[in-house]
Amino acid sequence: MDRLELTDLAALLRDAAGDGEGVPLDEDTLDTLFMDLGYDSLALLQVTGVIERDHEVILDEVALDEAETPRQYLDLVNAALSARAAA
Amino acid sequence: MTAVVAEHAGLIGERGVSAAVTGLGVVAPGGVGTEAWWAAVLRGDNAIGPVTRFDAAGYPATLAGEVVGFVDEDHVPGKLLPQTDRVTRLALAAAAEALRDADLDPAGLPDYSVGVVTANGAGGFEFGQRELQALWSKGPRHVGAYQSFAWFYAANSGQISIRHQLRGPSGVVVTEQAGGIDAVAQARRQLRRGVRAVLTGGFDATVCPWGWTAHLAAGGMTTRQDPVRSYLPFDADASGHVVGEGGALLVLEDGDAARARGARVLGTVEGCAATFDPAPGRGAPRLLDAARLALDDAGVEPADVDVVFADAAGERTADRAEAEALAALFGPYGVPVTAPKSRTGRLGSGGSALDLVAALLALRDQVIPPTATGGRVADDCPVDLVADGPRPARLRRALVLARGRGGFNAASVVRGAH
Repeated sequence: MDRLELTDLAALLRDAAGDGEGVPLDEDTLDTLFMDLGYDSLALLQVTGVIERDHEVILDEVALDEAETPRQYLDLVNAALSARAAA
Repeated sequence: MTAVVAEHAGLIGERGVSAAVTGLGVVAPGGVGTEAWWAAVLRGDNAIGPVTRFDAAGYPATLAGEVVGFVDEDHVPGKLLPQTDRVTRLALAAAAEALRDADLDPAGLPDYSVGVVTANGAGGFEFGQRELQALWSKGPRHVGAYQSFAWFYAANSGQISIRHQLRGPSGVVVTEQAGGIDAVAQARRQLRRGVRAVLTGGFDATVCPWGWTAHLAAGGMTTRQDPVRSYLPFDADASGHVVGEGGALLVLEDGDAARARGARVLGTVEGCAATFDPAPGRGAPRLLDAARLALDDAGVEPADVDVVFADAAGERTADRAEAEALAALFGPYGVPVTAPKSRTGRLGSGGSALDLVAALLALRDQVIPPTATGGRVADDCPVDLVADGPRPARLRRALVLARGRGGFNAASVVRGAH
């Protein structure tokens, strides 16, 4: 099943926000605020666009805007991917 | 006179402050860093060569003044790399150098007291080209979020402001080659309104296929292939200009405040002016008026000017027009004239900013940098062109001239600290 894994999000954020800038994403930072990890809303907007393109899915950008941590973000994206698979 | 009256009227409610230059930053063909670039200029190094940033073999113009040896990662934080065009990276490097050179730490000053006013004529062209290629070949989902601002003229001012926390009055000026001077003029207005310091100047970088297409369509580029005999302003053999990339930034500071903090003052911007040409066929170009108004603004006479940094189009008709303006102001062969841009190419907005820096360094070192020449100044250009190497001279003041595509004329008078 099509899912976005933590390692995928980590790689996308690295591309969007520049190497060596943000704190690396791993299990320990799943609930840390993106802001504290060094990723701003623009980096996330860029990542959202790439996910929509590569997974051929339309994401709810308003809802994703509310996602403040990697876990919240992944949950929203994967919910959208599951909903599409079920449809 | 109308313009002079208007300028003075604008001073009501504003303070008469001197605009001191306390820091310089340069990223230009010939050198990354002010002193490296200036040494190359005085040596007469030719920074014009075949285009290397893309394959220009199929284009009529194949020469450019490129910034060589600029390692992005050395100057730009990793976070900014995905969201910046080359022009913004070059500008960020110059901004850091200028603030360091001025020994000015904005963190030690009140919020909103330092602004950023830069000039840019093309925006982030190479970045925009990449995104447009993605749009046309793959579709809108392949255009990144950063295109929303990375292409924009104001991206340089914005990124510099964010990086150095310069929250004072800021903006961008878009007047092509005249931009560097026009930005400094705007920065000077901000000082009069009470701003403590402004980081100002100009940058452009358009050495990419899309940029080249625009330059070729606009016209005036030489199609010569010999870098040494390519951009030859005022020469009988002039055939057009070479495009270059880069520019310069200056820290312009309230003179009293600068001296109070013990800053080294390199020179003062005494006068600035801008004029706009009438439509073609409806009257003479107004470069001379800009020069006169800048002298009036500075409160000096032509005799007080010791050297002119010319716009130096490198195109016969435009060279003749500038030479006539200079002769009207100073008399034929009446003042030394130079155009170091003949060895860097025309940098768009960066050009006149870089000329201001060259003028200030000439005043500091009491030497006029040389112009590239084809060997014979045109008979109809009665200018004392400094061409055979640097010329030592007693220099108190310089006049810097610029013409931007579309009818923009700008002039500035700078005085040395001596």
